[in-house]
Amino acid sequence: MPMKIAEAASERHVLAVTVDNEPGILAKITGLFTARGYNIDSLTVADITEDHAVSRITIVTNGPPSVIDQIEAQLERLVPVHKVTDLTTAGPHVERELALIKVAGVGEKRVEALRLADIFRARPVDTTTESFIFEITGPPDKVDSFIALMRELGLVEVGRTGIVGMMRGAQGA
Amino acid sequence: MTAPTSPASDNPTAMSGAAILVEGLIEQGVEFVFGYPGGAVLPIYDELFGDERIRHILVRHEAGAAHAAEGYARATGKPGVVLVTSGPGATNAITGIADAWMDSIPMVVITGQVPTALIGTDAFQEADTIGITRHCTKHNYLVKDPADLAATIKEAFLIATTGRPGPVVIDIPKNVQIAVPSERRALVRAGAHRYAPQTVAPAEHIIEAVEMIAQAERPIFYTGGGVINSGPEASALLRRLQDITGAPVTSTLMGLGAFPSTHPDWLGMLGMHGTYEANMAMNKCDVMVCIGARFDDRVTGRLDAFSPDSKKIHIDIDRSSINKTVPVDLGILGDCGTVLGQMIEAWGSRQAKNLGEWKARIAGWRARECLAYPERSTKNPGMIMPQKAVERLHALTHQRKPIITTEVGQHQMWAAQYFGFEDPNKWLTSGGLGTMGYGLPAAIGAQLGHPDALVIDIAGEASIQMNIQELGTASQYRLPVKIFILNNEYMGMVRQWQELTYESRYSNSYSDSLPDFVKLAEAYGWKGIRITEERELDDGIMRMLDHPGPVIVDCLVAQDANCLPMIPSGAAHTDMLLYGDKVDGTMDDEAKALV
Repeated sequence: MPMKIAEAASERHVLAVTVDNEPGILAKITGLFTARGYNIDSLTVADITEDHAVSRITIVTNGPPSVIDQIEAQLERLVPVHKVTDLTTAGPHVERELALIKVAGVGEKRVEALRLADIFRARPVDTTTESFIFEITGPPDKVDSFIALMRELGLVEVGRTGIVGMMRGAQGA
Repeated sequence: MTAPTSPASDNPTAMSGAAILVEGLIEQGVEFVFGYPGGAVLPIYDELFGDERIRHILVRHEAGAAHAAEGYARATGKPGVVLVTSGPGATNAITGIADAWMDSIPMVVITGQVPTALIGTDAFQEADTIGITRHCTKHNYLVKDPADLAATIKEAFLIATTGRPGPVVIDIPKNVQIAVPSERRALVRAGAHRYAPQTVAPAEHIIEAVEMIAQAERPIFYTGGGVINSGPEASALLRRLQDITGAPVTSTLMGLGAFPSTHPDWLGMLGMHGTYEANMAMNKCDVMVCIGARFDDRVTGRLDAFSPDSKKIHIDIDRSSINKTVPVDLGILGDCGTVLGQMIEAWGSRQAKNLGEWKARIAGWRARECLAYPERSTKNPGMIMPQKAVERLHALTHQRKPIITTEVGQHQMWAAQYFGFEDPNKWLTSGGLGTMGYGLPAAIGAQLGHPDALVIDIAGEASIQMNIQELGTASQYRLPVKIFILNNEYMGMVRQWQELTYESRYSNSYSDSLPDFVKLAEAYGWKGIRITEERELDDGIMRMLDHPGPVIVDCLVAQDANCLPMIPSGAAHTDMLLYGDKVDGTMDDEAKALV
């Protein structure tokens, strides 16, 4: 008899986590996800205060609601974690991601790439006679769409930062 | 970042990192350090030399140090302190650290580390202690600057002992132990946003809980190790709340002693080897109040059949324990003792509902006498039944309110079933991690914390060999601990599962080539006693009690006795195996895959 694996509908959630900027904190967090079998779709981190004492980590994860709740509780249990905000449930929020996209080609494909970049407000940040590097910023689905178009026009490589997110309105997370 | 340092000789009043550490431990009220010296902690050991304020207990293996610290912590309520060297010293202590993590035992572990300049170079006795202990500690630190040491020690003790207790590791490179800092920094990262466990529950949760209990027709209190960890006052409050509500009480393995086993509303332990009445009452209750327990798989059995018709209240200091495996109707975040106090106050002068019908049903389940075991073994009719041995041990010692430790396996469950506990902090066992080899070092730690108490490690002949080297530690410190081995020449719980699941194919579960435990005792300067027949049982126990020093009792018991009742893995509370049921055969792969 095959093993039954519990299934519940998976949801995508964006978590903003502020932490003490101390050695090992990133390993604690990523290790927690590995050890307990949670998913990380993307993770970004940088320190955000003048004295470099606090970092903000944005984690995109997915799982059933009960698992998302556990992820938040387990994160809050870590001593260096100040606060976990689930942007997905907290209300309207902005998500942005930056990508660098290298496209190589000549002739009509090259012209078309440049034209599409203009439509997507992607900026060429490096140019040779046969290639561009585009910089694009936006919500992840916009970045996805642009990359999909470039695939037909000579896509060479992609670098993405992962998502940073923030609540709309005057309130902080 | 590194503060300027200078050799100690330049300024005789200045303190080295090692001296700051020892001062820090004394400030925290540490009486005992359980440890083993080595290259990377020599400066600390030199600092301890001749210092009368802290007693260092030299174990025989670092695993023993960690378990002894756990035993001390559980018996006294104070944090256990461990001191080990880098590399193998730290890795040997890991099992005890992981054990303390699973059972929420307050512990501070000081590990030596190679000098900062050598970290990452695969230096001699280097291990990434911080990396290795990251997921079995509540928090850990690598102290690279002696100026941070004093504040780190303070925070480590705070974290280990408050909130949900747990182990904290402080890894100190050798050069940091030697260096003399010119300043001492308060931790830059202090503040309530960093670590502030909530102990008092919101009033509206308390009112809702009291209302649910007052309306209940079939209430039950399901208590756990959190009540013990909250301090003896929490056990007293639990008894008070039970008294005014009348609810019957069951407990996890870790929670035994919080509620007296002689009380008429005590149901016994619940779960895999719990009593029939406790598990049936859990299944049929209408309001379950879980107090400081965590719905462990050994407790719930099959999750989709766990107490299907009850409203559940869960009181826990750890938010991540609430709704982890069992969704509850009301989660109450707070310290067990504090919340119990709040609930008693909110209950006020209410009259408890008449629970007569519920108690009558429970009496019906009790009448099954699920702990009544066969008088004689089939395989060895002349031999002592292990359950009988535990019953007699209890009968002959309970007036002395002994502290009982155990190893892990059948003997542990028989001890939990047949040795009744009246008070908290008297029962020390490895619950979550299930660590064989826990009992002897834990008994050593408990005996140091309570020098006048009777401390008995109820052991199996297989488990006891896992930290047998600690016999020497007890000899050295003149600790009169008693080891009572239920010797059935099998890793009995493994053998029992092989009978249940693998048609009695006893793969590697026979304890071959056993030592002569009596001679082994004598080799370490202990007294050794062997009990082979039932008529020698009481006399053997009395001789053990009468001997002022440490004793091993090798009590030979029936080899085929199994630990029942039992909820087989993957089964529901209502599907218990009882004495007389057929317990051999096989299982489908799904059940086999469950632990």
